Amino acid sequence: MLARSSSSAHGAERRIVGEPAWLRVVLIGLALTATTVLIVIPVVNVFWQALAAGLGVYLKNLWRDPDTRHAIRLTLTVAPLAVVVNTLCGIATAWVVTRFSFPGKSLLVSLLDLPFAVSPVVAGLMLVLLFGRQGYLGPLLQAWGIKVIFAWPALVLATTFVTIPFVARELIPLMQSLGPDEELAALSLGASPWQMFRLVTLPNIRWALLFGIIQCNARAMGEFGAVYVVSGRIAHETDTMPLRVEKLFQEYNNPGSFAVASLLTLMALATLALKRWLEHRAQAETPPTQEPA
Amino acid sequence: MWRRWFPRSPLPGRAPGLAVSLIWLACLLIVPLAALVVRAASLSPAAFAAAAWSARARAAYLLTFGTAAAAAAVASLLGLLLAWVLVRYRFVGRSFMDALVDLPLALPTAVAGMVYSALYVPNGWLGKWLHPLGFHGAHSRTAIVLVLTFLGLPFVVRTVQPVLESLDAELEEAAASLGATGWQTFRLVLLPALVPGLLTGFALAFARGLGEYGSVVFVSGNMPFKTEIAAVLVVSRLEEFAYAEATAIAVVLLVASLSSLWIINWLEQRSHAHAR
Repeated sequence: MLARSSSSAHGAERRIVGEPAWLRVVLIGLALTATTVLIVIPVVNVFWQALAAGLGVYLKNLWRDPDTRHAIRLTLTVAPLAVVVNTLCGIATAWVVTRFSFPGKSLLVSLLDLPFAVSPVVAGLMLVLLFGRQGYLGPLLQAWGIKVIFAWPALVLATTFVTIPFVARELIPLMQSLGPDEELAALSLGASPWQMFRLVTLPNIRWALLFGIIQCNARAMGEFGAVYVVSGRIAHETDTMPLRVEKLFQEYNNPGSFAVASLLTLMALATLALKRWLEHRAQAETPPTQEPA
Repeated sequence: MWRRWFPRSPLPGRAPGLAVSLIWLACLLIVPLAALVVRAASLSPAAFAAAAWSARARAAYLLTFGTAAAAAAVASLLGLLLAWVLVRYRFVGRSFMDALVDLPLALPTAVAGMVYSALYVPNGWLGKWLHPLGFHGAHSRTAIVLVLTFLGLPFVVRTVQPVLESLDAELEEAAASLGATGWQTFRLVLLPALVPGLLTGFALAFARGLGEYGSVVFVSGNMPFKTEIAAVLVVSRLEEFAYAEATAIAVVLLVASLSSLWIINWLEQRSHAHAR
């Protein structure tokens, strides 16, 4: 535990100076306790409560309840729509922001962060003020027979709003550090813009892109506050999975609500596993000699 | 003038890309935001003040700020502990722990709120033991802090972890060789280097906590003046169709969370300048 001379080599011996063993054990124990209490026990409890009445009841709660089935289908429609919009627009925005200069660029980048600062409830309120029956566009839309608030378009808008930053935020730093050299080389060798994007840009950003997409999807499937405000919570119409969880919970149907919650928890765990896998893939592909500039 | 604003570039896709991103952000972000601002501006100052500054609203802001700050502080402490252990020690379950730290970002907040309230009620798994000890982790202010700590934890861990990884072991060796005790090395050498990351993590967790609705509504009990946070108040005003009041409270909440985002950016720029 004593100090070494500073001339000793780096690397394997890096951690010679360190905490005494008892302190390490205490710190590791505290960290494991905190992780267990805050994260592991809640996850286990979700599945425990969902399966408390047996597997048969669990499956019946999921597949025999028409409102729950509708909620699952609605979430599986709304979330992909939001993810597709934010992925395509996120790529376009990352491209212009990292490859061109234009007035107002830094404003555009800071706008991307805005949804992180807006409470989901406030985001929902904005949509109500805009599209609601007393909203600024409400009467116009009503005249055209278009229903936004308390209908699925509002669910898509609210979900898209809260997930705007995820893909673009992941791509911008990476594309900035990659620089335009490879793309310029492809163009000078006669590639069409589409070929350049498909064969040069996309392979370079694919892991970060996937990383952004799965995070965007997790948030989109789980969004509650913004969707709660704009949906009207009409069973079999505008109830998404998280809203269905809440409704069943209010009805004191614990096995039912935890059954739906267990699906969402599985989605979250799958997201974590995919993230891990992507990190490993991205690391494996980066040559170890390459240092970030 | 045009060429100075848009310098010539051999790369394709500037005009369509810019058009797509402007339409995207205008439709989804700027127009709804404008609707909120215009609606708030259409209120007379007296009406705005009456709605945004009622006794019930003031109690809600105080509770929102207090619980968000307390949760961010607890998350900073626990986050530092987790990051420290994850970076510096090797033990069974380490990579499992590393992966699980991100769970609060992926788990739907409604699920988190529901399971936390189920765990800490007097007959819940944890409430069974903690309630007799006087720890009321459900339908109380403590419950709000608890669930916001869960949500804030990954922000702190993920900002502190890279800083700890980048620290040079030679600094600690130098301190030790000059006769510093372990605690002195931590306090005088390591902690100052960690402070910017910790502050950023705290601010991110705080900003997240200010606006949170989904999880808090399940655990807090939502008693006006006692356990009702600002976001819950916005929703209950909306459900009474009191749009003006909801708008006024929402503007206060929005300004508060925007300010904390600006502080984050300022802190980050300052620490970058410091590093150079």
